[in-house]
Amino acid sequence: MSSAITDFGHHDAHGEPRGLLRWLTTTNHKDIGILYMLFGLTMFLLGGFFAELIRGQLIHPANHLLTPELYNQVITLHGLVMVFGALMPVTAGFANYLVPLMIGAPDMALPRLNNWGFWLLPPAAIVLVLPFVLKLIGIGNGPVDTGWTMYAPLSVQGGPGVDFAIFAIFLLGASSLMASINIVVTIFNLRAPGMTLMQMPLFVWSWLMTSFLLIAVFPALIAGSAMLLADRHFGTHFFSAAGGGDPVLWEHLFWFFGHPEVYILLFPTAGIMSHILPTFARKPVFGYRAQVYSYWAIAALSVVVWAHHMFTSGMPVAGQLYFMYSTMLISVPLGVLFFCWMGTIWQGALSFETPMLFALGYIVLFGIGGLTGLVLADAVADQQYHNSFFLVAHFHYALFGGPIMGVIAGVYYWLPKMTGRMYSERLGKWHFWLTMIGFNITFMSQFFLGVAGMPRRIPDYALQFAPLNMVSSLGAFLLGASQLLLVYNIARAAAGYGKPATNEVWDGAQGLEFTLPSPPPHHTFEEQPVVT
Amino acid sequence: MSEASRAARIMTQRAANRRLAFALLFVALGFLGFGFGLVPLYNSFCQITGLNGKTGEATARPAGGVDLSRTVTVEFTSTVMPGLPWRFEPMVRRLRIHPGEPANAAYLAVNLGGTRRDGQAIMSVSPEQAATHFKKIECFCYHKQALDPQQTRLMPIVFFVSRDLPQEISTITVSYSAFPVTEEVALRGENRRER
Ligand code: HEM
Ligand SMILES: [Cu+2]
Repeated sequence: MSSAITDFGHHDAHGEPRGLLRWLTTTNHKDIGILYMLFGLTMFLLGGFFAELIRGQLIHPANHLLTPELYNQVITLHGLVMVFGALMPVTAGFANYLVPLMIGAPDMALPRLNNWGFWLLPPAAIVLVLPFVLKLIGIGNGPVDTGWTMYAPLSVQGGPGVDFAIFAIFLLGASSLMASINIVVTIFNLRAPGMTLMQMPLFVWSWLMTSFLLIAVFPALIAGSAMLLADRHFGTHFFSAAGGGDPVLWEHLFWFFGHPEVYILLFPTAGIMSHILPTFARKPVFGYRAQVYSYWAIAALSVVVWAHHMFTSGMPVAGQLYFMYSTMLISVPLGVLFFCWMGTIWQGALSFETPMLFALGYIVLFGIGGLTGLVLADAVADQQYHNSFFLVAHFHYALFGGPIMGVIAGVYYWLPKMTGRMYSERLGKWHFWLTMIGFNITFMSQFFLGVAGMPRRIPDYALQFAPLNMVSSLGAFLLGASQLLLVYNIARAAAGYGKPATNEVWDGAQGLEFTLPSPPPHHTFEEQPVVT
Repeated sequence: MSEASRAARIMTQRAANRRLAFALLFVALGFLGFGFGLVPLYNSFCQITGLNGKTGEATARPAGGVDLSRTVTVEFTSTVMPGLPWRFEPMVRRLRIHPGEPANAAYLAVNLGGTRRDGQAIMSVSPEQAATHFKKIECFCYHKQALDPQQTRLMPIVFFVSRDLPQEISTITVSYSAFPVTEEVALRGENRRER
């Protein structure tokens, strides 16, 4: 008999606080995972609201839905809310809920830290968005409006909204670091006896790599933001040329964080793919080792390619060449991942339940995102495409087509496990097809706009861009509206409607989490299973 | 398992978790330090390579004499950043000099505002391959310049272009941007009012 033991705040099921207090003080990994996911969903809706405002403004030229100032604020908040508020928390929620179940641990290794990590997020979101709300009722001069990349010198000169954003970044950084430290400790110390690293489910591997990356690069953003704050208020000149500083330094610091960040967002969903595809192809994972090594290769390369975001910043030719080739090199391990996913479904007995549909959509859309990334990685071509709508389309294929599709696939896959109820398969399929159609209408048109020369981050445009912008906006309204089906499906299952789910949920689903009842009891694996 | 041995296991497990967590925290702090360390790293990197138009400095005369076989055109431009009510222009827009030959140039600054305004000029050289070969002996850009209302100042630069300037470069553009400096951060205040 063996059991790993964690720092439970309260071990016995009796006398646990109820209601709001329970959620505030909970140290249970499933509770915290659910909190993270609900928070992420809320932010996804908020970020989506901002997105619809953007497309509403751009639906036709010379539109006056938003003032130019407001437009800048909305695009900035959209980016920050989606990346830091929606995607990062929701994937962290999956980690909290699933990693202990997948490795047969009773909980996360540091449950109290876990509680802290989550509860830093709502204040961070409030701090970030508060100036927006205050401005609506006429107080202050609005939130951060620099674009989510917060480039200096604009961010040095900007109003107090920038300070709020910096403060939010500090909170988010602390939260992410706590979560990733906790995940690494859990994975290293609490695996079920007999489970070696190379036997861990790939989702666990993917989060191990995500945590490593977060620990390595988020501090650079914190350092950069601290310098920005000092430039703004304490008379330093890190980024202001007037005092001998250099605005390009900010770009280096930001992208040293920012490029690995895209893989921080991507990895967890790459892991999710390797759970969903085998289940619905009725075949084992193809190329487990190759996938693990790809994660390592991608993570290692991702910290040395950042300046491909800065090809137009006046880099010398040698720098351009280095960053061009190293960036293109990343597509090799990424391609290995792709072939492993395709190898997994190759000649499988496929069935197309909603999670599988979203997983297949992920392969297609993320594939387009990756391939257009290669176009941008060409230092010469990028002189034209940089900061055009081509770039916007690229990273939406990479970020919505990848992580968001992957998260939705994961939600449909594990929702029956978490709630004990099946979602409506019919509505799930509707959700998939409307999302797929809406997404491609919205963003495929932006590739063409970008090639034709439409710049990003401008609230108005030349007349020749009008037809495709109309198309893109209509697509965005469809895409946004169809996400309400996701909300409905989740709410319905959480409220206890729908067919009860079996323990296994899906025929032949692999993994320790599927040996537990659906939903799993509050405390699981207090006696750790032995893996052979 | 007895209660005692169970309790002992809890303690060792907790200690191991804490140890690893603190180790990871130190790694994160290390990377925080690295983030700040990037500033000097980046500066010396630019200084050595001449990226970003950071120019070389020289206190002595050029070595190796004047290379009469080549002529290089040096162009001067100026920019005044928002928030500084100055007129700021080069006195000579174009000079033709030989590598290794010391030369003089000057900028004229006039404060058009009603109050004393401090400015600081920041220079940059393009193409960037030429930056390290543009050597300043004396430059007004080393110091902050304070101008009273309507005050005019002629500001010199003494420089040379080193002999090992790559052959393919025949024109060097030197641009100076005048930035406002005040303790009260005039830059920010002005910009906010402009909104
Ligand atoms: C083979 C893979 C990829 C390559 C070669 C690639 C290449 C690039 C390049 C060169 C840029 C900069 C273009 C410019 O600023 O002009 C860029 C921008 C971007 N990429 Fe990718 N990318 C790849 C995959 C991804 C992935 C997986 C994600 C996210 C999950 C992603 C997200 C982004 C984002 C968010 C931006 C724009 C950031 C901004 O300026 O606001 N990319 N990509
Ligand atoms: Cu990148």
